[in-house]
Order: sequence, then C-alpha cells, then structure tokens
Amino acid sequence: MDRVGTYRQMVRIREFEERVKRSFAEHPGVIRGHTHLADGAEASIVGSIAALRPGDQVMATYRCHGYPIALGSDPGALMAEIYGRTTGICGGYGGSMHLADPAHGFLGTSGIVGQSIPQATGAAYAAQVRSAGSAARTGDVVLCFFGDGASKQGAFHESLNIASLWKLPIVYVMENNSYSVSVRVEQEDANAAAGEPLATKAKAYSMPGVTIDGGDADVVHATLAEAVARARAGEGPTLVESLVYRLSAHGNSIAPPGVPLHYPEHEAVTVFGDVAEYEAAKRGDPVPRYRGALVTGGVLDAAAADAIVAGAVAEMQGAVDFALASPDPDPAAALRFVHA
Amino acid sequence: MAREITYIAAIMEGIHQEMARDDDVLLIGQSVGGSPEDPFVATFGPDRVRVTPISETAEIGMAAGAALAGKRPVVDCTMAEFLLVAMDQVVNEANRFHYMSGGQVTAPLVLKAGYGFTAGWAGQHTGSIYGMFMGVPGLKVALPSTPADAKGLMATAIRDDNPVLFLHHYLLTLETGDVPEGEHLVPFGQAAIVRPGTDVTIVATGWTVHRALEAAEELAADGVSVEVIDPRTIAPLDVDTILASVARTGRLVLVDQATKHASVSAIVAAEVAEAGFSSLRAPIVQVTALDAPIAYAKPMEDFVLPDVGKIVAGVRRAVDATVGAGR
Repeated sequence: MDRVGTYRQMVRIREFEERVKRSFAEHPGVIRGHTHLADGAEASIVGSIAALRPGDQVMATYRCHGYPIALGSDPGALMAEIYGRTTGICGGYGGSMHLADPAHGFLGTSGIVGQSIPQATGAAYAAQVRSAGSAARTGDVVLCFFGDGASKQGAFHESLNIASLWKLPIVYVMENNSYSVSVRVEQEDANAAAGEPLATKAKAYSMPGVTIDGGDADVVHATLAEAVARARAGEGPTLVESLVYRLSAHGNSIAPPGVPLHYPEHEAVTVFGDVAEYEAAKRGDPVPRYRGALVTGGVLDAAAADAIVAGAVAEMQGAVDFALASPDPDPAAALRFVHA
Repeated sequence: MAREITYIAAIMEGIHQEMARDDDVLLIGQSVGGSPEDPFVATFGPDRVRVTPISETAEIGMAAGAALAGKRPVVDCTMAEFLLVAMDQVVNEANRFHYMSGGQVTAPLVLKAGYGFTAGWAGQHTGSIYGMFMGVPGLKVALPSTPADAKGLMATAIRDDNPVLFLHHYLLTLETGDVPEGEHLVPFGQAAIVRPGTDVTIVATGWTVHRALEAAEELAADGVSVEVIDPRTIAPLDVDTILASVARTGRLVLVDQATKHASVSAIVAAEVAEAGFSSLRAPIVQVTALDAPIAYAKPMEDFVLPDVGKIVAGVRRAVDATVGAGR
C-alpha cells in the first residue's frame, strides 16, 4: 500500500468534513437538512478502499462523504451536491445522504439504516454472475460499509445469510463507532452487552468475522486485503468490525426552517456527560496518529506532511469556492429523472 | 401465431423469452429454480436462476443492487402481501435511485407477485393492495387481466429501465386465452377498451375486468351499452382513454377489488371529476370491496367483494341518475 498516498487521502477526507462543518457557521443556510460526517473513520475508509482495484464497487450508508473522496470523485462536485447546486455530483437531487458516483465505483447509499446492505449484496451477486459469464473471471468485489446500528436490522442478517450461502464476493465493513445515534452499543447490542465483539455475528452465518483497530490504516488495509482476496477467489464474504470513533455528533442539529443549523457536541458529552471518553478519542485521532507513524518510521518528513495538509486545505477551499459559485438548479428540473 | 395458454403460463413464457433474449435478466425467488430439472435452471443455469431463503428484504434489496450493477433481475415475490415485509425496498429504495443520483444510475427490476387470492385464503393472503403502490414516484405497476396482456406486460416490464411491480391476479391463474407465440410487448400506460359501448363507461382491473364484461353482457340484453376499459398499468395510468370514453358516454362506473379508500377507483374518480366533470351526466359510481378485511368463510368473503350483480346495480344507478336536475 502507498502509505503516503493513504495519509493524503485521510487528510483530504478530514479537511472536506471540516469544511462541511464550518459551512454551517460561515455560509448559513447553504446546507439544508441532515449531514453526517466521517471524521474519525478516515483510516478505516481509506485503508479499506486501498484494497480495491478498478471494477470493484462500493455501497454505503448516509454517512457517505468519505468513500467517494477515497475513490477519486471530484470534491468540488461532492461539496456542490451538499450545497444543493446544479453542479453537484447528483445535480442537487441527492444531497449529503445520497451521494453516488458510479463512474468511480460508488453505486450509492441508502438513507435508511441497514437497507444498503442487501443492495451491496445484490451488486456482489451481479459481480459473481459477471465473473461466471466471462472467459477470464473478472473477480470483481463489492465493499459494503455500514455502522454498528445497522447490524440490528433484519436486512443485515438476511444479507449475510445469503452472501455466505452463495459465497458472494463481498466484504462487510461494519464501522463500529459505539453509538447508534445517541444510544451506546452495549445498550442495544447483545454481543456488546455480553462483552463480546460485534464480529461474533459472523459465526451465525458461517463466515469469518474479525474485529480490528479501525484507527490504524495499515491494520485496516492488511485485513481488507486478505478479505478482498478471499472474496475475489470465490471463497465468500467476510465481516470486518472496524472500531472507530466518530469525532463529531451523529449529525448536524435537527431544526425547523429559520433556525440556524450547527454541529452539537458529541453524544458522549451531551447525553452521557463523559468528557473523558471524548477527550481520549480525540487524543487517538487517526489522522495525526498516522502522520506520527509515518514520520517516526521515516516514510514521511514533517515538511512533506505539512505540504500534504496545505494541499488538502487548498483543494477543499477550491471545492467550497466552486460550490458557492455554482448555480441553484432550475426548479422545474424537479420533474426530471422520476423515471429512467 | 397465437395459441391458447393459461395466464400463468403466459407470464412464465414472457420471462423465459426475455431471459433468452438478454443474458442480463436474472430470476430469483423463494419458489424458483429449486431443482436442477426446473426449466429455467435447465435453460439458463444456476447463476441466473436462484432459489432464495424467505428473506424478502434481502431478495428485493439484492435485486436493487444487482440492477445498479447492470443486471435486470426479476424477483418472484410469490404473494403481494409478502412485499409488505420489505416495504422500504419496494417503495423507498430502487424507485428513488435514478432520481436521487441525478440520472446517473438506473434500477431495472421486476417484482412479480400474486394478489387477490379470494378463494378462502382469509385475512392476510387475499389483499388487492396495489393502491398503496400506484402513487409512489419512480415505481411502475402493471395489473394484467388476460394471458396475452400478462405475457406482453411482463416482457415490457423486464425491458423497462425502472422498477416495475407486476401484480397478477390469483383467481386468473388458470384462465386461458390466445397469446402470441413470439415476441409480444404490451406498452405501459395504454388502456385497453376491452368492450366498446355508448351508454356507460366501466373501468376495471384484473379479475374484475371479467366480472365487468359479464355485467355488460347482461345489461346489453336490456339495451344498455357498456364500454369496459382495462387500464392494464395503473402507474402510469392512461387517464386520457378514460376521459375520452366518459366524454362519449357521460357516465362512469368504477369497479375495484380493493377497499374504496385504497383503490384505483378513487384515483380515477378524482381524475375524471377534475378533468372530465363537464362530460358527466350522472354521479360517478364506485363498486369496490366493502371496508373490511377478507373473512375466511365464503359467504362473508363474497359479501364484501364486488360481483356481477353489484356491477349491474351500479350501472343501473348511473344510467338512472341525472346531474343537476329535479331539485
């Protein structure tokens, strides 16, 4: 894996999310509805996607800004989508929760918890059929990203059963950030309550299940590389429980029109009053942590790391500028694309 | 060349021919391809034809994902009520993808399900629940009433680039009719005037089309000329053909096996009241199921459903009534 490239992608995602968050204060009213940030999950996202090759595909949930950035989508088009502009990657039809960029392998998301899991599983079925029908087996793999909360949905269980039964080429990456919105995982997950990892659920479907430090991009990549190779070889799915800590609240505040939106503090603080937990999580922030590992290991010097950050800052400033300068959609365009 | 085959055979012929025509068409479901001797498995192989667990959310969600990835899956969902288990995937996922992506992706899939099994299947397997799907943007809904339409609408559904709900009426399963042998496509959004007439327009779907035709025959003996229209697809709905008919007849009777407030009938009534009011010479009459679940025992089942007698009575009400007079 290109570790410097991995760091650059992590920094790009972080800076993009910071700019989304700052937009609420700097450009009030530009972002509507609900956004969900990937800050804290960068190592998991980038380390996972680094295991893919062209032809592979990704599906995810509404916390979806990071994946297309890692896959190569244009951040300007992504920011413009979040700003509801006609130059957005989905033309302003989707918004923050419904990013899609099939040209870069990002088939899309579901805004409903757990519902993209069967969809990713179906894309893996299509990949399996495609491979069987080609002279040189293409061996395309699908990555399915979702949160710990989604693993309580029937859609998760139905999908893992079929994926294992059919040996589908898919890797399920459960980003366990310990919170389902504002409920702690041990309050709503039997495995967690019993002190067991959530990857235990894989046993029920006779597939490998592993729990990893999702804050370490190298560990994530090594794990995903093995799981992807297994899927590519026709040996079936893997459930990876990637332990991450989202550094922002579940989403921006929910308020009726006229009330300015903002990002509240993390639920660890606002709901549980556990400032120590949140401060510890910030100390373990995967982005500076990876930088430290690369600098200590002699892979990257501080000046080069600073240059990467400066590059990302400039790039995302460009994305914001592009989005702000982009026109709103024509209202009557609302009737386009109802049907294909 | 046409030959007489059953409604269900026509549906399966439509699927079979489309699978032969296009390698991307897949067939999955709880009751398909369970054995190697299955004619679909034998012809198209176990990759394209797969039996699934009883997991509606996964079946339909997987069809959506496979469609995004370039396939054209047909899911045999067995019974319409089973769709309710997976409602999010039916009305809130694949049908939104094209729109939410700004036209970047399509989700061509067909959900085949039987409905209206009013033959003692009691409270949870007899519903005529199409009404809850017809107004959902991005979702198309076909309701064939004849074997030929069943084949032709299925072929069209499979070639359509949108999610299509193909609902076949269980009571028509073994009804026979002439069906073209080769490629046969019935366009969506084109109602069929299945019996021309001049005095009253009846709009009916599925099994009630045939009851309406029987009623029309009975009324013809009394000199009442009934036009019977089958919309064939309720999304898109061919309102123009209905309005044109009402413009000729001035009277409209709507027959529907669904309960009134969840019916196609109520929607057609609203469309005609809005756009065809000046054509009406009598109040619109709705002959729908009564507002109750379907009971197990036959006398109670019969009581709530529309039948030939109720349709005849409805037509007589429309013929005898006048608008704006005698006050």
